[in-house]
Amino acid sequence: MGKIELVGVQKSFGATDVIKDVNLTVEDGTFVVFVGPSGCGKSTLLRMIAGLEDVSGGIIRIDGLDVVKLPPAKRSLSMVFQSYALYPHMSVRGNIGFGLKMAGLPKPEIARKVDAAAAILNLTPYLDRRPRELSGGQRQRVAIGRAIVREPKGFLFDEPLSNLDAALRVQMRIEIAKLQSTLGTTTIYVTHDQVEAMTMADKIVVLNAGQVAQVGSPLELYDRPDNLFVAGFIGSPKMNFVTGNPAASRGATTIGARPEHITASATSGEWQGTVAVAEHVGSDTFLYVDVEGMGELTVRAIGELRLEVGSKVFLTPDPARIHRFDANGKAMR
Amino acid sequence: MAIQASTSSKVVATVAAWLVGFVIFFPILWMVLTSFKSELDAFAIPPKFLFFHWTTENYGIVQSRSDYFGHALNSIILSFGSTLLGLIVAIPAAWAMAFAPSKRTRGTLMWMLSTKMMPPVGVLVPIYLLFRDSNLLDTRGGLIFIEFMGNLPIIVWMLYTYFKEIPKDILEASRMDGATIGKELFYVLAPMAVPGIASTILLNIILAWNEAFWTLNLTTVHAAPLTMFIASYSSPEGLFWAKLSAASTLAIAPILVLGWFSQKQLVRGLTFGAVK
Amino acid sequence: MAATAQIRTVGRILVAPSVILLFLWMIVPLGMTIWFSLLRYNLLDPGTESFIGLKNYGYFLADPAFFTALTNTLVLVGSVLGITVVLGILVALLMDQPFFGRAIVRLMVIAPFFVMPTVSALVWKNLLMHPVSGLFAWITRLFGLTPVDWFADVPLLSIILLVAWQWLPFATLILLTALQSLDEEQKDAAKMDGAGAISRFIYIVVPHLARAITVVILMETIFLLTVFAEIFVTTGGGPGLQTTNIAFLVYAQALLQYDIGGASAGGIVAVVLANIVAIFLVRLVGKNLEA
Repeated sequence: MGKIELVGVQKSFGATDVIKDVNLTVEDGTFVVFVGPSGCGKSTLLRMIAGLEDVSGGIIRIDGLDVVKLPPAKRSLSMVFQSYALYPHMSVRGNIGFGLKMAGLPKPEIARKVDAAAAILNLTPYLDRRPRELSGGQRQRVAIGRAIVREPKGFLFDEPLSNLDAALRVQMRIEIAKLQSTLGTTTIYVTHDQVEAMTMADKIVVLNAGQVAQVGSPLELYDRPDNLFVAGFIGSPKMNFVTGNPAASRGATTIGARPEHITASATSGEWQGTVAVAEHVGSDTFLYVDVEGMGELTVRAIGELRLEVGSKVFLTPDPARIHRFDANGKAMR
Repeated sequence: MAIQASTSSKVVATVAAWLVGFVIFFPILWMVLTSFKSELDAFAIPPKFLFFHWTTENYGIVQSRSDYFGHALNSIILSFGSTLLGLIVAIPAAWAMAFAPSKRTRGTLMWMLSTKMMPPVGVLVPIYLLFRDSNLLDTRGGLIFIEFMGNLPIIVWMLYTYFKEIPKDILEASRMDGATIGKELFYVLAPMAVPGIASTILLNIILAWNEAFWTLNLTTVHAAPLTMFIASYSSPEGLFWAKLSAASTLAIAPILVLGWFSQKQLVRGLTFGAVK
Repeated sequence: MAATAQIRTVGRILVAPSVILLFLWMIVPLGMTIWFSLLRYNLLDPGTESFIGLKNYGYFLADPAFFTALTNTLVLVGSVLGITVVLGILVALLMDQPFFGRAIVRLMVIAPFFVMPTVSALVWKNLLMHPVSGLFAWITRLFGLTPVDWFADVPLLSIILLVAWQWLPFATLILLTALQSLDEEQKDAAKMDGAGAISRFIYIVVPHLARAITVVILMETIFLLTVFAEIFVTTGGGPGLQTTNIAFLVYAQALLQYDIGGASAGGIVAVVLANIVAIFLVRLVGKNLEA
């Protein structure tokens, strides 16, 4: 019903390869997130799936059919743009119903579907307004409404929450997830925010410099990152990386330990250091510790431990949760 | 302290600004006042400012005795005709350069700009001779064509800058919504381009209406627009100032109104987008 | 997008008419002017044209009338530029301040630009500058001085004032637009850094305006080089040659003396002058263009 496959997909702009050989499958009905730093190619990949960018090589299949030569209109996908891209000269009703109008549906049916979509998104009181009369959050809902009303094979979201303030972002995140779960439509969602990725996705595709670094469920990526890049990208605050003796003594070039897997003690431990910064966020305390010979480590400490700037602290990583990486950055298992 | 200063400085600024504005506007004001005087009053020494016998007889005379309407009609035909012609040619060109640019687009735009730099006097001779030999002198069609060519670069440029401002992702959204190119142009692009096109029309009408090189050299009687009509008052003919003022007021009134609405377009059009 | 090549071909077809028309408009008449400039061709002796090479240019450039016209042109352009830019900056600064009735003042300041040149010229010549019944004459008499016979005694200055009045709104409007695009925060930052009003003007406002001033100068020059109607309607180039600029000289030679050859040479000289300015303007606009 909405299975999307990418086989050997690549894209070059002139001499530069922006996307290099991407292979992945998005199963019908799943919520897949493309995540990665700026410039990794995630938006480009999404736009290639949408048909807004040409493919330099490879195959894109939707339900088994190769769509590389098809224009966007024929791919039966909808997209929610980062800037929402609402039609400024049409009302909310017009915006949502435009795709149905292009498909040639009769007016009463268009009206019915638009009303239904508006009801789901709490837009009914705004149906006759123009986009410029709406707030950012309302505009975003209109963009989503425009996407869902056509009942496409897949939803494509291009960083839809970036322009919203923090509180609204958290709220919309939950709403989008609920919506997708209710409608059951295949969804590909692009974001640079790994928290969004972790909380919303069934499966995450981590992209780095035009290539897939790892594909897996959020917890898989958290527990078993395949390489240094994924290990450092997923999880906040970032995983601590240590080279040199502590790594070599464990048979690796680099070892990694997440801040939440290191215990801090005022009295004893494996590594000794001084607290440089202490961040108290209420439930936790994050200590940034200068450890001699190893640089700065981040540690999540429990609230009871009152360690302030300048105090001596001992850190012990949990041996069961240490990640080991070889000279190529690959995880050693 | 800050609030106090701003009110008193606002008053000072108001006085200064109104003074400056009044001085600059004065010649026009004086002209309009004169148009309501009798010829004797118009010449009176010392000049009469507000206390004279106000009359509208000059407007009547201008209309009845000197075919003001014929010339005004020519101005209208000239402005609208050359603008329409310009749009027909320029809209596709500007669309293509804004939405389907090629490597040559930038060069083409710059070259078009440079054609506007050519002084009309450089081609006065051949155009005059060509027109004379093809019986195009003093024809509306010939004049419309010349105006159209002269302003084409400005029209293309203005439309191009307006088209470029249309956000690309709204057009992409329409493609995702299933619109073919034709439907995209009709339902999405055109409505969003209307303000830009209207602005361009406005500016071009003003430029064509006021054009005073080709209109003075290529017309005599039949196709003469208002610029020529006023120029014919330049030969000293005795007392005619009040009539001149009335004729002038009629000639410039529509453009003053249009001009007030088109200030932003003026800046964009005459600086080729360099100042926005 | 599928069919990108197709879209590009369509694009080229759509641009073609404008390009072809402008190309013909440039090449055909200009080419003819160049050709005529190499002939001895007078409309009073039709049929006796002969090829005389660059002699017309020799005559034209050696003709004292040419030198006068060139000087007049440069004086006219330079003076109007000076007046409009300096006053334009001052008026723009004033209009950038908050005051009551901005819309009306704006209308008053902008209006002269939209008055057709023939009307402006005749209003200035007759209603304002007429030595007997003009308003200026009355004002000077109020101060006990003899009125100036503007167009007889200082014709070029009269034309300069008239043209400057017409173009002041253009300069003001552009400079005001540029002023209003100056980020308020930049001025605030300067205030925090201890800059007084004059320093802020010199170090923040003027550099910001530099680009707009350049545009004003270049655009005005292009149009001022070919001032015609105002001279045509007021002085006819005179007295003598005192208000003849290059544009009017060419016109006079072509349509009054019927010397096609000479006028064509003059026309080419005007084109060359304009091109020199154009090169700078095209480069400036090109920098702003993101095609």
